[in-house]
Amino acid sequence: MTSTLPNSAALDAASRPNGLGRFGRFGGQYVPETLMPALAELEAAAAEAWQDKAFTDRLNALLRDYVGRPSPLYEAERLSEHYRRAEGGPRIWLKREDLNHTGAHKINNALGQALLALRMGKKRIIAETGAGQHGVATATVCARFGLECVIYMGAEDMRRQALNVFRMRLLGATVQPVTAGTATLKDATSEAIRDWVTNVESTHYILGSVAGPHPYPMLVRDFHACIGRETRQQCHDAFGRLPDVLLACVGGGSNAMGLFHPFVADTSVRLIGVEAAGEGVASGRHAATITEGRTGVLHGAMSLLLQDGDGQVMEAHSISAGLDYPGVGPEHSYLREIGRAEYAAVTDTQALDALQRLSQLEGIIPALETAHAFAWLESLCPTLAPGTEVVINLSGRGDKDVNTVAERLGDQLKPADG
Amino acid sequence: MTVAPGSTAISSRFAGLKQQGRCALMPFLTAGDPDLATTSAALLALQANGADLVELGIPYSDPLADGPVIQAAASRALEVGTTPASVLEMLAGLKGELTMPLVLFTYSNPLLNVGMERFCADAAAAGAAGLVVPDLPLEEAEKLSPIAAAQGLDLVLLVAPTTPAERMARIAAASRGFTYMVSVTGVTGERAQMESRVAGLVGQLKAMGPTPVAVGFGISGPQQAIEVRSWGADGAIVGSALVKRMAQAKADGGDPVATAGAFCAELRAALDS
Repeated sequence: MTSTLPNSAALDAASRPNGLGRFGRFGGQYVPETLMPALAELEAAAAEAWQDKAFTDRLNALLRDYVGRPSPLYEAERLSEHYRRAEGGPRIWLKREDLNHTGAHKINNALGQALLALRMGKKRIIAETGAGQHGVATATVCARFGLECVIYMGAEDMRRQALNVFRMRLLGATVQPVTAGTATLKDATSEAIRDWVTNVESTHYILGSVAGPHPYPMLVRDFHACIGRETRQQCHDAFGRLPDVLLACVGGGSNAMGLFHPFVADTSVRLIGVEAAGEGVASGRHAATITEGRTGVLHGAMSLLLQDGDGQVMEAHSISAGLDYPGVGPEHSYLREIGRAEYAAVTDTQALDALQRLSQLEGIIPALETAHAFAWLESLCPTLAPGTEVVINLSGRGDKDVNTVAERLGDQLKPADG
Repeated sequence: MTVAPGSTAISSRFAGLKQQGRCALMPFLTAGDPDLATTSAALLALQANGADLVELGIPYSDPLADGPVIQAAASRALEVGTTPASVLEMLAGLKGELTMPLVLFTYSNPLLNVGMERFCADAAAAGAAGLVVPDLPLEEAEKLSPIAAAQGLDLVLLVAPTTPAERMARIAAASRGFTYMVSVTGVTGERAQMESRVAGLVGQLKAMGPTPVAVGFGISGPQQAIEVRSWGADGAIVGSALVKRMAQAKADGGDPVATAGAFCAELRAALDS
């Protein structure tokens, strides 16, 4: 990466994406022809809805009273203290998306898209899920609005996230196991797209990340941009200026995009996404798409992609089901390519350490996905000047992961000062 | 930029059949299922049993437009190590023997992985006559089409039952060789019943220009092939039904090649009835 900052045209929100749904060379609509009219309908419906005060009023009221927004910006004093050096250290703030209804940021998008589905007169909802957080959020809003709900989930993920499977069923959703391919998020997404191709006239697909064909990367980002907008105001209220660093985990990249989006044009703010390096990038068993991927097409978008020499999509690996995906949202690939955002990767072990650290220093058990962002603090903080204001998106809470963590740690649980 | 629709192997084949008042039979095979030697023999068996053209699928890890039968075939083909290069190598080995036009079916990613120019050059050198890319947007297809044409390959575009008329006209104008009318709102796979609205769409599409129209996705056997012919289609494409029969024959210890030939002959007889 060069150190030259991208020019302002490249950062203009109006050109992300352009008229063809592209973020630079990334994005687009690589889907079967059957879906093209539905994508156009969705794009038009979203554009109309954002102009309709009745829609935005209803969305904002539900975000406030049902989701619990705004989520707090919390100063993590003991975590900041942990990284304090003799001359001082960064101050770390947590954007508490874990406190949202259903325990993660995912509900922001699920709620917005459910309102859009109602607007388009579609009564059947489908979604894919990896960790189950997006599935739970979708099942929740479908219950709230009386919509039929089918969630596609890899059989392997259903095993890893049994509690979330039960939650979705409790909420009245049908959870459809996907056994094809690697039986994880990639395959669940493919199966959801096939369902949509088949039932497109009656069904809305609530895609859960800033991935997929245009307009999804833009649509999902825009429904999550409340995270960044609130953060901006809260930073102003707390310390009177913009933050210096924004940090978020990246699988598909929705929580990161939601946080970054309102700051993209503010080039003084460093944007850092943290991917899952699984068992280590060198092991080949990882999900570090931006770090290791090549340009390719998956699930309707051109982006960076983990693929073999013949263009076959590779299996991703991460302890976190939500990051276990060989693709990434096209806007992240773009922000990386123009040098506006930085991306790092941390291993399963580093994420587990960070999960314990946050639990024991702040009394907050983060989701395994989220723990990846916290793990990067170990490398980042020693390089930051005293007084640097760092905001981490605490994208989800860890209740769903306690079984996985217990299996992995067993009796090796580390004491806080370990 | 559009390329003048000159005479190609595919367009001459359709023109010839039209003169005879016949509907083209175009079977589909997944290359490398269960192995490339079988695919190679099956292509010749289809040709010997009345196929007019053939569609050959390059197996891909994430086939979004395919139902369970072709997904499973692609997985089997990938498990035995089938690659785009090995498929083309197999095809090149059939030069002189395989005389019917062959249309390669590939998803975008394996194609873009080697680049449009090189993919088209390699496919043409191996003897392919056309390309179908089911997840390539029209805008990208308009870029690929002249590149393919420069190698003598027809880029065949797809129309779905959900495609609005205005868009259908743009696709029909840009498609080369023939236009692929997807006969169901859905992925590939046999259907008990065809969507009746597609009957009208075939006529609508044919009225938009001289490019022949072939119907595929969901044709399960001779009866439905006849139905598609009665809609005025210039060709019938049969994929999952054939792929399933070959896999079943293999699983039962039978001969998938002979099974392919016999099923093809059955379809041929129905279309000529």
